[in-house]
Amino acid sequence: MIPELGQLALALALCLALVQGTVPIVGAALGRADWMALARPAAAGQFVFVVLAFGTLVYAFLTDDFTVWFVAEHSNSALPVFYKATAAWGGHEGSMLLWITVLAVWTMAVAAGSRSQPQEFASRVLGVLGIVSAGVIAFAFFTSNPFIRLIPGPADGNDLNPLLQDPGMIIHPPTLYLGYVGMSVPFAFAVAALLTGRLDKDWARWTRPWTVVAWLFLTGGITLGSWWAYYELGWGGWWFWDPVENSSFMPWLMATALLHSLAVTERRGIFKSWTVLLAIAAFSLSLLGTFLTRAGVMISVHAFASDPTRGLFILGLLALFSGGSLLLYAVRARNLEAEGGFKPVSREAFLLANNVLLVVAAGVVLAGTLAPLVVEALGFGKISVGPPYFNIVFLVPALPLVALIGVGMHTGWRMMPTDALLRRLRLPAIAAVVVGIAAPFIFFDTASVLTILALSIALWVCASSLLDPVRRLVFRTGAPMTRGQVGMCLAHFGVGVFMLGATAASAYNLERDFAARPGDRIEAGGYELVFNGTRQVQGPNFVADEGEVELRRKGELVTVMRPQIRTYQVQRSAMTEAAIDANGIRDVFVALGEPLGDNAWSVRLRIKPLIGFLWLGSGLMALGGLVAITDRRYRLAARQTERAVAEPAAGAA
Amino acid sequence: MVLVLAGLTVAGFLTYRALQENLLYFFSPSQVAAGEAPKRTFRIGGMVVAGSLKREPGTLNVSFVVTDLVHSVPVKYDRILPDLFREGAGAVVVGRLNDHGEFIGEEVIAKHDENYMPPEVADALEKARAAQGQ
Repeated sequence: MIPELGQLALALALCLALVQGTVPIVGAALGRADWMALARPAAAGQFVFVVLAFGTLVYAFLTDDFTVWFVAEHSNSALPVFYKATAAWGGHEGSMLLWITVLAVWTMAVAAGSRSQPQEFASRVLGVLGIVSAGVIAFAFFTSNPFIRLIPGPADGNDLNPLLQDPGMIIHPPTLYLGYVGMSVPFAFAVAALLTGRLDKDWARWTRPWTVVAWLFLTGGITLGSWWAYYELGWGGWWFWDPVENSSFMPWLMATALLHSLAVTERRGIFKSWTVLLAIAAFSLSLLGTFLTRAGVMISVHAFASDPTRGLFILGLLALFSGGSLLLYAVRARNLEAEGGFKPVSREAFLLANNVLLVVAAGVVLAGTLAPLVVEALGFGKISVGPPYFNIVFLVPALPLVALIGVGMHTGWRMMPTDALLRRLRLPAIAAVVVGIAAPFIFFDTASVLTILALSIALWVCASSLLDPVRRLVFRTGAPMTRGQVGMCLAHFGVGVFMLGATAASAYNLERDFAARPGDRIEAGGYELVFNGTRQVQGPNFVADEGEVELRRKGELVTVMRPQIRTYQVQRSAMTEAAIDANGIRDVFVALGEPLGDNAWSVRLRIKPLIGFLWLGSGLMALGGLVAITDRRYRLAARQTERAVAEPAAGAA
Repeated sequence: MVLVLAGLTVAGFLTYRALQENLLYFFSPSQVAAGEAPKRTFRIGGMVVAGSLKREPGTLNVSFVVTDLVHSVPVKYDRILPDLFREGAGAVVVGRLNDHGEFIGEEVIAKHDENYMPPEVADALEKARAAQGQ
């Protein structure tokens, strides 16, 4: 009975989404205030039913209702309660419902936050979100319904994939979805602005905080996923250029470009067309990511079992949303004349360079991700594109991009005298290059040209980002910094820290697989590892072989590491639990492989310097975004528009 | 504008070159048996023959046989096998052929889900079956 309620709630949510997606938009075109006023109640109603449907699914999991196919497939009565609840998004159908729920949350936030905007504009924004929601709910309802019954149900469920039985699983997908799906908000703002024919500074100022929040979650979600793969799944690396990783990274690159382009549009009223296109592209890439993940067309660690109708449905949605918005853009774009240009040495020029490089970066990732599909479709056989491709081509736009951050953030709007800029940046630039050349030789004895280049650029961005805050805080000179500026410095400092981590962890990564018998000693990277054999341990729903490895440096014990191989009882599958010793400067990573006979085990050892800087840097980027949206001008602007809107409304009444 | 276009052209060219050099083609055991496989690195996939997994005791060296149920290819591997690798299940291996017709694996690709059949493997099995039927 309860699952049928969920079914019904989802159907009602679909109906309300259709109302929300049509009536307010038509109302705005006809100038009917009563039709436009329907947007918020429809959105609220849709939210209630979507949450109800989601709650019903979680309830079915908590009560072990194995007559629901999705529950039987992804849960088990012995599963800890905690994981029962999160198993709701442990498979394709449930994760689509999560997608829809997250979109409903965003829609509610926009409904609440857009009260200060003109009714015509706000109802169009909510209308576009309604269309997106209707499309995705229809997809879930007709092709991926999580409430389908399995009668008679099995006595017990098939259990949750052991890889997903981890606290990381609880936060990674929802955080990533908040970012991914959040890209629909700038998209809705862009389409609404095209419909209204009002692409102005106000539009950019309204869009910007939403874009930053979505970007924040996307940054957080990607970081968590990478952290999770490294620390919890024991994959021994932090980024694999897997199609699914790429499909979250491409929207991130676009969203980052959009943030910077919005800054120009907000300040100077130029780059409007470009900003609109970026908003459309960021959302389209999010949808493409959903297609790549969900349609089973990709060979990926994330791939779910596939069904061709799903792929076609998502492609149809993608064509509708991207094609429709691009068509609208083509019709309306001629009204978008630029007001005034800019000089080659100005913040506008650097932000343009930022945008071009970010788009190129997203383009090369897209090319590598889609190449296997295209080649196969053309009948040239099955191919795959490996990490070497991405590692090479991604650096081509990424290195100049990061290097230019350091200059761009010190240039003024409109124009900047070159000599003043040079005087200001000379010292940190020289310092960064000197340290970038010296440090690898001091700590590691060797360095490639690429490593030196990357380290110098990373240090340069760090130094350049600290220039203004240090001047302000230490020497008490210069103008007080706004929150926006503080956020910018923090985020850019984060980029530098991230790049230090990425460079060191890639260039000086030590990797060894070896066979070890109890009592064996292995020397690697200045450490000595002593393998003391394994023993059996019992967990709540698994048994494990636990190894004991002593980590020693210069004869002294640093720590005892206990990597495990777990066998989960229901699915009988093995899972690696790596042991990691992190001290901020380097990680020592030890994982057990398999018993090799003769009392020996295979052991995987990795030593990665500065890998902690990756998460720290990403965290600083996100923190920078958070600080920036608390800037005064967004609160002030909201209040001013509120007044401006309230007055004519009062007059009309 | 000219600079931007020039930059994009260069980027496009570099991307194309990098793609060409880093593509990994997939060949089924039947294609390997027919001599279609190249000398360079490629991917092979199929079912791991039950009972074919052999290990030199106390070392990382293993050998197993990958089949599309018509033809088979022996594989040698000296790294740690992924958690979900098992006999009788599908597997994809990256590596190259040596002069003795053995496939020297560099990487065995693991999957999230053990019930999941890599599409390439499913396709290879399907094609081999069809070829045999004719």
